[in-house]
Amino acid sequence: MSATSSTILNLPDQRTATMPKRNYLNNEHGLLSWLLTGDHKRIAILYLISITFFFFIGGAFAGLIRLELLTPQPDLMASDTYNKMFSMHGIVMIFLFLVPSVPATLGNFLIPIMLGTRDLAFPKINLLSWYLYLAGGTFTLAALIFGGVDTGWTFTTPLSTHYLNTNVITAATAIFIAGFSSIFTGLNFIVTIHRMRAPGMTWFRMPLFVWAHYAASVLMVLGTPVLAITIVLVALERTVGIGVFDPTKGGDPLLFQHLFWFYSHPAVYIMILPGMGVISEIVSTFSRKRVFGYTAVAFSSVAIALFGFFVWAHHMFIMGVSNYSALVFSLLTMLVAVPSAIKIFNWAFTLQKGSITFETPMLYAFAFFGLFTIGGMTGVFLGALGMDIHLTETYFIVAHFHYVMVGGMLMAFLGGIHFWWPKMTGRMYPESFSKLSAVTSFIGFNLTFMPQFILGYLGMPRRYHAYPAEYQVLNVLSTAGATVLGVGFLLPLLYLTWSLRYGAIAGNNPWQATGLEWQIQSPPLTENFIETPIVDHEAYDYEWLAHKTEQEVTVG
Amino acid sequence: MHISPVLWQFLVKWLHASALFPAEASTIAPYTDALYFFLLAITVVGMAVVGALVVGFSIRYRKEKHPVAIQVEGSTLLEATWTIIPLALFLVTFVWGALLYFRIYNPPTNSMNIYVVGKQWMWKAEHPGGQHEINALHVPMGRPVQLTMISQDVFHSFSIPDFRVKREVIPGRYSTVWFEATAPGTYHIFCTQYCGTKHSEMIGEVTVLTPDDYTKWTEGSTSGMSLAQNGERLFASMGCNSCHSGNAAARGPNLSGVFGSKLQLANGSEVLVNEAYLRDAILNPSQHVTAGYAPIMPTYQGQVSEDGLIDLVEYIKGLQTNYRVQQTLTTSQSNQVAPTTPGMVKP
Repeated sequence: MSATSSTILNLPDQRTATMPKRNYLNNEHGLLSWLLTGDHKRIAILYLISITFFFFIGGAFAGLIRLELLTPQPDLMASDTYNKMFSMHGIVMIFLFLVPSVPATLGNFLIPIMLGTRDLAFPKINLLSWYLYLAGGTFTLAALIFGGVDTGWTFTTPLSTHYLNTNVITAATAIFIAGFSSIFTGLNFIVTIHRMRAPGMTWFRMPLFVWAHYAASVLMVLGTPVLAITIVLVALERTVGIGVFDPTKGGDPLLFQHLFWFYSHPAVYIMILPGMGVISEIVSTFSRKRVFGYTAVAFSSVAIALFGFFVWAHHMFIMGVSNYSALVFSLLTMLVAVPSAIKIFNWAFTLQKGSITFETPMLYAFAFFGLFTIGGMTGVFLGALGMDIHLTETYFIVAHFHYVMVGGMLMAFLGGIHFWWPKMTGRMYPESFSKLSAVTSFIGFNLTFMPQFILGYLGMPRRYHAYPAEYQVLNVLSTAGATVLGVGFLLPLLYLTWSLRYGAIAGNNPWQATGLEWQIQSPPLTENFIETPIVDHEAYDYEWLAHKTEQEVTVG
Repeated sequence: MHISPVLWQFLVKWLHASALFPAEASTIAPYTDALYFFLLAITVVGMAVVGALVVGFSIRYRKEKHPVAIQVEGSTLLEATWTIIPLALFLVTFVWGALLYFRIYNPPTNSMNIYVVGKQWMWKAEHPGGQHEINALHVPMGRPVQLTMISQDVFHSFSIPDFRVKREVIPGRYSTVWFEATAPGTYHIFCTQYCGTKHSEMIGEVTVLTPDDYTKWTEGSTSGMSLAQNGERLFASMGCNSCHSGNAAARGPNLSGVFGSKLQLANGSEVLVNEAYLRDAILNPSQHVTAGYAPIMPTYQGQVSEDGLIDLVEYIKGLQTNYRVQQTLTTSQSNQVAPTTPGMVKP
């Protein structure tokens, strides 16, 4: 391979290459060997299939919402149906896709390998966590089939407790159960990271992917129980009327808001931190350089996790919280924006003096930079007290969190899936198609959500079934963008499935990356490593990798 | 390529009618927009910096040009730079935002008060002079208007985008917002908090009138009974006056002049009597017993509507002497119809 080539892709000779005879995919056969597996890699694949299923369900709801909003009149579906659409879109996308997306798939697959160990600390709890996820998903589908739920994903009381006759309890049960799945995953990661690192794998030799998951896991374990409690209180209030939130019984409806956002704001970081971990790995690999300011990036994850717990009331600035608490929460919100800025700049400077190539994962990482920066900066708009009054509860906030969640997390997820696809399946995805899909989703995304910022400043409220006619042009643009975005998301589903059979054989380390996961066969053995690795180098040590490759060449 | 003139005309009209920036129709709007443009500017600059770095490095250090990467550990100076500069900008934003917040939520003392009750799915505006409106609000230009709002059922949120004001309307609790309109016209009122089936139909229009037109409107639209007068009738019909008679030996405390005063409660605490206190004391009297009185008042939870509570509050607010109470007492005892007030239309 010449030095002037524009790719680092290094595949084995396809005429002689074969898939490894024994690997985690063919180690055991039959459906039961998958359903009863304790192997973190197989569980990751189970998760990948199930979250993809729910992603496309949630996406279908989004498509119908955008279709309805093509015209100002409420003409495609009834108001109740529309309300159910955005409620189910939110519930499915947040609890069944975004929260488990990277941690339960890539995290599950990679954390033990990156740490140089055989499996997670509690393989059976890991499997249980997938079953809980499935149970949560089943309850969600049940709520859908029995007529849907129209509370919005926020379950605002007293609307959810006293004024709706839809399947609130079923949906609440789904979220309650799915929450435990998330707690168990977090717990497993924390214990594994503390106790099961390979000899020599010190905290500051861990890949930043692991640091990001550690921070997210702490949030999952500490935050999710509060959601569980809140959901139980809503259910009790609805069924037996205990009156915790009901003002006519002396309850406080604002208490619900506090409890709900005490989880749901950290949940935003549960969703984005693992994505940031993915970006660190991708940027380093495709610029052949260690991540600039490793410790700053690692500690900024921890800082986000820490501050993330103390900003929840910024969702309530207009709800009559006291002026002084509004001040404190606004200030803390400004502080939590700083670590994200630090990360962006560190990634940008990782490129400096690198040797950069632009394969699909890198394109997704670039999309992440642009979209997450916009998402983060618009978050500062919303954190500024007086500005929030005008912007909150409008399409501005819808655009903001889609920039962070879809522009940030989903781009990182897709980047990560492409990056580790050869490791997970042993085969490459088709590069030209995937570049097309990355570019398509970037364009489609901006076309969908950029007009929504303008709509939000105009004052168009979120969750509106009908809207004044002067907002139509921007809504038409947004719907057109959503169509493009949909194509951008469907393409990977098609060509990744195709590549399972027809993709080029990837070999151990197609990206010539430094992580421990790239030093073993693809797909890995069930036991990951033949012998426990001894780690004597830092993460992203390309000199170590070059040295190792040289030795292999001389030995071979 | 040929475009049909009909289609062309439609497109031109359609694009022309499209809104891109909201009208600035209140004294607050220019302040909000100033902060907005500041934030837009730092976003654009931030994007430009990140974009320049990523694109610049990608061009300069792409593999064809720069085949071997040079490993760099990091730089404390750079880390400090991109910690301190964003932090400083965010802190400026924080202070600016906080100042704006206090401007929007602290009404001037001379503002006129209008009550707004939100319910699924309509806005009811109640003017002290007895004008009642649904999904509409008439306000004079150039005068600060405070809205005292409450919800009868679920959370709603009262938003007038062209005024840049919004506030949650909460069940069981008064919340307030104020504005001073600067340009006559009609502007959207939206409910921005999802409140059930017809959330998107919970909309209305605020009409800003010149002071003259406003006077005409108030005279033309009154129901004939002010809120306080309604309150007075309610006060009598519910028998409030049998205890709150204002007599020295009365079983309930004297209500004249109580609004705005500091009240000593039986549990030892001291409270400022405002609209919220009066409402709570009617609905939940056992928690609000005035020092020196026995906790004998029954709760009126579920017996008075939010509109009725507003009437009662307005009545008590206006009670400067016991004369009216005594009159009410006399009339209710003498079994006559509602008290007569000059200029009042009998119901």
